[in-house]
Amino acid sequence: MRRRLCLFLLLAAGWAALPAAAAPPVVPDTLAQRLLACTGCHGPQGRAARFPRISLLAGKPADYLFHQLQGFRDGRRQYALMTGLLDPLSDAYLREIAEHFASLDLPYAPVPPQPALPVAVAQRGAQLVREGDAARRLPACTQCHGSALTGVAPAIPGLLGLPRDYLVAQLGAWRTGTRRALAPDCMAHVARALSDDDVGVLAQWLAAQPVPQPAHPAQALPAPLPMECGGVPGGVAR
Amino acid sequence: MRRAAIVAVAMLLALAAAVFALNLRDESPLVPDAAAPTAAQVARGAYLARAGNCQGCHTERGGAPYAGGRGIATPFGTVYAPNLTPHPEHGLGRWTMAQFWRAMHNGRSADGRLLYPAFPYTELTRITRADSDALFAYLRSLPPSATPNRPHALGFPYNTQAALAVWRAAFFRPGQARHDAARTPAWNRGAYLVEGLGHCNACHSSRNALGASSGSALGGGLIPIQNWYAPSLSDADEAGVAGWPLPEIVALLHSGVAPGGRVTGPMAEVVGGSLSHLEPDDLIAMATYLKELPRETAEVPPPAAPIVPAALEQGEKLYRRHCVDCHGAQGEGAAPAYPALAGNRAVTMGSAANLVHIVLEGGFGPATADNPRPYGMPPFAIELSDAELASVLSYVRGAWGNRGTEVSPLDVTRLRNGR
Repeated sequence: MRRRLCLFLLLAAGWAALPAAAAPPVVPDTLAQRLLACTGCHGPQGRAARFPRISLLAGKPADYLFHQLQGFRDGRRQYALMTGLLDPLSDAYLREIAEHFASLDLPYAPVPPQPALPVAVAQRGAQLVREGDAARRLPACTQCHGSALTGVAPAIPGLLGLPRDYLVAQLGAWRTGTRRALAPDCMAHVARALSDDDVGVLAQWLAAQPVPQPAHPAQALPAPLPMECGGVPGGVAR
Repeated sequence: MRRAAIVAVAMLLALAAAVFALNLRDESPLVPDAAAPTAAQVARGAYLARAGNCQGCHTERGGAPYAGGRGIATPFGTVYAPNLTPHPEHGLGRWTMAQFWRAMHNGRSADGRLLYPAFPYTELTRITRADSDALFAYLRSLPPSATPNRPHALGFPYNTQAALAVWRAAFFRPGQARHDAARTPAWNRGAYLVEGLGHCNACHSSRNALGASSGSALGGGLIPIQNWYAPSLSDADEAGVAGWPLPEIVALLHSGVAPGGRVTGPMAEVVGGSLSHLEPDDLIAMATYLKELPRETAEVPPPAAPIVPAALEQGEKLYRRHCVDCHGAQGEGAAPAYPALAGNRAVTMGSAANLVHIVLEGGFGPATADNPRPYGMPPFAIELSDAELASVLSYVRGAWGNRGTEVSPLDVTRLRNGR
């Protein structure tokens, strides 16, 4: 059966080769070339977003990117353009796409100089990020995203170098359930414990931080995660 | 006066009786299941479910397979595909083989309700009883899912059984597989798959004001609400394959790419979810049937409206900026990664709907065994305005000897907003 199909396809290839008038331009057989569909919006090499609500891709942890790609395809994240693009793609290809962008080691575009944060925002932001809020059982961002906030391989993303609008949109989507992570969805718990005011402060604070160079994700966290997290190695009690 | 009223009532009653009778055509008695399904039936059913792309509608994005929930938007409202797993309450757990056959063949549910033709029993009615039984055996082998069925969201009168009965009396007749002794077994098998199980006509034909397939079979039509144009499979100016070598048709169905074309949009889903998994003999059969479809050309060739020079000039500028790297200065493309636009019938065809979708939304072909890493086209929805998109498409439809018609900014606005 299979052999018969191979023969057919071979014949097809032969037929196609015959009337070739001029040699067609050679298209590089690389993932970068295949993924121009991504870099149109996410910037050359997925390095920097060209639009304020679109995140950058280069250097993000591979499992994180893979889970987001699957999420758009499988309805855990809502953005019609991304869903439409990823709909016909296999897990195997999504995995390769994730690893391709994760492997790009590019310097982040420097954060443009910004007016100093209001003192209240600077204090409240730093406190939420580094200490959380024990009274509301809110863990510190650094407990999961690493002390440098550059993420943790292979599944936890960094929080720096992201536009403020993007951060507000994502935290908002998590609170309303239009963005979900693999269950148990720890980030949904955290986002729902935040107030509107917290979201604004966090986004403003995080977007104003300089990005360390290089901004590689940490290889491991010093302590176990403060809560169960789907898709993160060691994130779910077995 | 009184007599006229009696006549009118009598006529109405006669009409209702006729509609009722027409809805019962070719129904078999509901006998209890005679034997438990065999393993061979289950395996066959799994394959047939692929060939019918059942999971394409009966599985929600990211949901349990065949647990239903996906909405099919129609001009009359949204119909939600039901749970087909063997859950006793929410699925087919209490159904019998005979009831399942009645659903496939007659479009009537186990409880006697008439089914909406968003479920394409108008085509599936042609499958054999043996294939229906195998499909049922397979569905009964799935893990039961407790996902409840979503009620359809249809307005009056479309939400009534009476309206559905009238529709069926007018537009549905139970059918059976054609067998044409003068044709080869491959052609007959192809007809069975294309006209029946594959229900290709559900998209590839136009629909009338009441949503029934009309016009010639496989003659092409705009898919309602999605507004992708499913091209004619018999017209050489659209997607007819009479002039293609058989192996190329097979390659297109199996991998999504062939020298003469590629699948995109809703058809990418059909290739990825269904056709790329079919046995070579079945693909050869479908290709044989499609190749021998009676040839047709559009009744009235669209007049080649002159494309205004100003649009061409702006379009060319945009083309050189955004498109030329992949599709070439002369629209020659770079096979097999990037299709040529010069002389490409998908570019020049009467309906420009698919072109607008492709440039707005970009896209990948389906990832298949033969083409596991398809090249992608970036979306331009964010970058280009409706007027810019219209002018670049008008340029492409008129350049390099192409003889397509102009695309207006209004065409783009409508498709961008899903109208």
